[in-house]
Amino acid sequence: MREHEIKGMVSAHTIIASSIFIATVMPLFFVEHFSVYGTHLTWLYSVSGSVAVVNIIIFWLLGISPPTKKHTLGYKVSRAVRSCLYFVLSCLFFHLVVVLTVHPCSIRCLCVLGPNVQTWIRVFSRDGAMSVWDTSLQITTASSVIGAWLGAFPIPLDWDRPWQVWPISCSLGATFGFLTGLIIAPAWIHWHRKQLTYKSK
Amino acid sequence: MKIRSSVFASLCLVFEIFGIALFLRGFFPAPVKSSFSSKTKISDLPSEPLTGNNPNSSKVPGPLFRRVVIVLIDALREDFIYGPRGRQYMPYTRHLVERGSTLSFVAKAQPPTVTMPRIKALTTGSIPGFIDVVVNLNSPALLEDNLLWQAKAAGKKIIFYGDDTWVRLFPKHFMEYDGTTSFFVSDYTEVDNNVTRHLDSTLKRDDWDILILHYLGLDHIGHLSGPHSSLIGPKLLEMDDVLKKIHSSLISRETEGSLPNLLVLCGDHGMSETGSHGGSSDPETNTPLVLISPAFKRKVGMEKPGTVEQVDLLPTLALSLGLPISQNSVGRLIYPVFEETSLRDQLRFLHLNSYQLSCLLKDSMPTFQKEEGYEQFHMAEKSHGSWMKLYLEGNASEVLSNMGRKVLRQYLDALKAMSSALSRQLGKYDMYSMMAGMILVLQVLLLLLLAMPEALSGAGEVDVPVASALLSLPFYLLCLLSCSIHVLLCTSSENTCYLCDLSWGLVIAAIACSSALFCVLLTLAAKKLAPGTKLNTKTQGASESEFSELDVLLLMGTVGYVISLASSSFIEEEHQTWYFLINTLCLAIFQDVCRKYFREKRGPGDDRAYLPPKGTELGVGSQKWLALATPLLTLACCRLLRSLNQTGIQWAHLPDLSHWLNSWEHKPELSLLAAASLVLIFFLVQRRCSLVSKIALALGLLGVYSYRAAVGNVLFPWQHSSRDISKGTVEARFVYIFVLGILFTGAKDLLRSQVTTSDSQLKSRGLWEAYCGVVLLCSLLFRPHNLPVLACSLLIQTAMDQFIWRELQYDAAQITIMHYWFGQAFFYFQGNSNNIATVDISAGFVGLESYVEIPAVFLTAFSTYTGPLLWACHLVCYLSAAQDSRHAASVGHGCYCFALLRSIPAVAYIILITALRYHLFIWSVFSPKLLYEAMHTLVTTAVCIFFTAMDQSHAGPSYS
Ligand SMILES: [Zn+2]
Ligand SMILES: [Zn+2]
Repeated sequence: MREHEIKGMVSAHTIIASSIFIATVMPLFFVEHFSVYGTHLTWLYSVSGSVAVVNIIIFWLLGISPPTKKHTLGYKVSRAVRSCLYFVLSCLFFHLVVVLTVHPCSIRCLCVLGPNVQTWIRVFSRDGAMSVWDTSLQITTASSVIGAWLGAFPIPLDWDRPWQVWPISCSLGATFGFLTGLIIAPAWIHWHRKQLTYKSK
Repeated sequence: MKIRSSVFASLCLVFEIFGIALFLRGFFPAPVKSSFSSKTKISDLPSEPLTGNNPNSSKVPGPLFRRVVIVLIDALREDFIYGPRGRQYMPYTRHLVERGSTLSFVAKAQPPTVTMPRIKALTTGSIPGFIDVVVNLNSPALLEDNLLWQAKAAGKKIIFYGDDTWVRLFPKHFMEYDGTTSFFVSDYTEVDNNVTRHLDSTLKRDDWDILILHYLGLDHIGHLSGPHSSLIGPKLLEMDDVLKKIHSSLISRETEGSLPNLLVLCGDHGMSETGSHGGSSDPETNTPLVLISPAFKRKVGMEKPGTVEQVDLLPTLALSLGLPISQNSVGRLIYPVFEETSLRDQLRFLHLNSYQLSCLLKDSMPTFQKEEGYEQFHMAEKSHGSWMKLYLEGNASEVLSNMGRKVLRQYLDALKAMSSALSRQLGKYDMYSMMAGMILVLQVLLLLLLAMPEALSGAGEVDVPVASALLSLPFYLLCLLSCSIHVLLCTSSENTCYLCDLSWGLVIAAIACSSALFCVLLTLAAKKLAPGTKLNTKTQGASESEFSELDVLLLMGTVGYVISLASSSFIEEEHQTWYFLINTLCLAIFQDVCRKYFREKRGPGDDRAYLPPKGTELGVGSQKWLALATPLLTLACCRLLRSLNQTGIQWAHLPDLSHWLNSWEHKPELSLLAAASLVLIFFLVQRRCSLVSKIALALGLLGVYSYRAAVGNVLFPWQHSSRDISKGTVEARFVYIFVLGILFTGAKDLLRSQVTTSDSQLKSRGLWEAYCGVVLLCSLLFRPHNLPVLACSLLIQTAMDQFIWRELQYDAAQITIMHYWFGQAFFYFQGNSNNIATVDISAGFVGLESYVEIPAVFLTAFSTYTGPLLWACHLVCYLSAAQDSRHAASVGHGCYCFALLRSIPAVAYIILITALRYHLFIWSVFSPKLLYEAMHTLVTTAVCIFFTAMDQSHAGPSYS
């Protein structure tokens, strides 16, 4: 069971990583003067968008979505509104705190966890993860936050490089952190599969 | 010997201060000086080199100019005249430079580019070292040999109008003067009108020889709004008019047959792109130097101005006025000025200059004979002699002039070589003292680190094996060894070390101290390694598993900060490091708070338990939300304060709130902000005071506002007529009285709690009152736009204290590190940087009629280090309260951590700077930072001693 899940995760992560890569390369053919530094926001939007789409598709296919109880129309609408609201809030929070704008990772969290605050708090507190996917989410989030954190280091240096400007180095750092997290997460879960015990839902 | 960890930490810091002082003495070269107060006399001058004895030989060539007018425009940058803006705003001067009979140069000023050392360089020709600037933030009378003294001794009459620094530097040198104080930087018209109003009458008179005008307005505009401000243009036009007036008056009074007049236009330093100065960037060091006189050849078009040193002006002026060159001058004459004189006179001028430099070389360098320039000078002197012989014999052939030109070139080469040798001498380090200081501080740091487990133990006591170390054999051997090394070093090489100049008793005491320290260190290390190894690893393992994210962050932050000191960019932008660290700290705290309030309430295995607890009492609920809001509030405050003062180098030119607030049209906003901040300060601080202190505090804060109103920074709402701006001495002294009163009440409470009753309530109130006094003094010294910094820091302290620190039960070490980080961040929030230029000297004049050294230095240091001091004071209050309630030794732990936190970067920086001493930025970036580090360590030592005193007072009852 666990092995099966890990394999699924590896392939899912590979798809996500390649979607980031494609989102970086593809706009070169559609958008004029596209570059990661010059049109930084466009790049960021494209990466975030593709990660979101890929995530939604994957988790829909795999059937891993937050537990839902009722399926009335009103509930669905309110859920949609609430998830939008949370998304905006999380963006704001990230902007304030980790100095990021729209980040692939927060979208991924939203896709997996859904709009329930308590779930967020549960997953991001120590040993609150309840499945392999939660653990992977913890790892990718932590690594992209650390990436963004490290990305702020070279800003004061006087090398005069184009990526040494405020949001660019941070979001680049976060993206690299996210990619590393995607690689690390299955590996880490694989090595620690004996120690990992999840409470049933 | 068992001592408490607070005593141990303070002792270590005191030793460290000695080590740092020794290192500084070795690192900052003493300025090149021959004997300090003696002055060159005409009779001392060497005779013209001549084989044979002619009675007229010792004559100095007569002056080239009759009168000299020196127009010194403060912060005049080279491109204000030679650049495109010169064409636009200084049309007359530019015309003279391009087509008049002028000589124009770019004069390079040496850092530090601050007015007073620059005036000294212009008048003495010497290069004051960095240490000079720090020691002489004041300006006492200049005792060195200088141009003005020489001119006065030669009977020349000098008139001076302008910056009153000159009046203080040269008391009784001027026949007539009017000093303008540069006290109010926001005033840029009055200071210059004060100078110009004398001009018409003075120019009409004939009773003076030298006229010096020092215009301050441009510098003030620079400080206010930078070099691209719209105020610069009109100011330059005004200066151009002044120059035109002087020049036409000089020309109209030029009489046939007498000597021509000279007009000198120069700047003391430039201004950076932000409008400040002090560093060594090109815009700060490059100043224009324009010499205008009919004696020079008329020019045909704009040439690229040549480059000279600023100190070169002194020998040029001295010789062209027929005065001896000042003893300590390292400049060489500007040759084009003398080009039109006869060859004999030219050689004579060069001879005098070279002779003076060779004397200085002889005095300041033991190995002067090996210097290339010195040999060249002797060669030139010899060939000068033979040239003179031929000349006096009446020879006038081609051979003679060719030979003369060769001698001239020899002299010029010798001058250049000697001048650069002297400048090189300035960059020499006294490695022996540096090493000795470094070894001392390293030992102290190792001692601190080795004692960590004991110092942070529950008892808070450190066992220092002094007695066993002093009685051991290695101690005596080490003493002997060090003594022999000392003797060897001081006798073998001829270099002049500071340590070698010290008396023997002092040196032996120092050696004994250092050896004892080393032996103590060895004993401690041996003790740590030998028996208790197993126990040690066990406790370490236990503590490792307990490392929370916060601990990791605190450790990584400290280590990362120390590593970042190796990079000049990170030093220039150190504020970014601290802002970054406290932002991260707030995040970590936020996470901790979330964990505490959302996880602990969870019932086991219950789905609904994830919801926030609804049934609990309201107090806990509001407590939770306040605790959650505190890190966010802190983040918001930090963001706000960041935009208040732009500091550092790279982004310092960006517009910030303080510039906006300080402009004239935003005075009402500034007043409102200052008043609001003062009210906020009152409400945040008064809550734990006694009634008397509360009233005193309120009155004191009111006094602060009226002081600022009196000085003209802020407006009184009911007073619309523009009152005369005064120095506000009365108001400031009124506040000082309240500060002293509150401090006295606090001290009284503390003493009472200590002597009569061990009442912890009384003690904490006393501490808080002392803290109140400090806050009141800060609010007096801070410029009004900085008052929000004070208010925000108090707000953060209060919120953190109430909702975070007490609730989350951090231990003393964690609390201390947080306080230290916040203190550092606030140091930069208040506009400081690692550049000497940002020290706010005006704080030293608050409440004083004139410059008084000791209070001025104290007040300046206090206002500069307000951030760290405030947080340290709060730390004392907090920890001593914690000591009463929870942990017996928390004050000792805090004191130890504080000392350690300061020692690690200080020692690391000393090692780094020794390794980087030939770095390109050593004088502009690294050495100012070294001074800041040393000063910070001194402040920390004072705080730690205060800590120790607080710890002492509690030790009795806790052990009884
Ligand atoms: Zn100046
Ligand atoms: Zn200035």
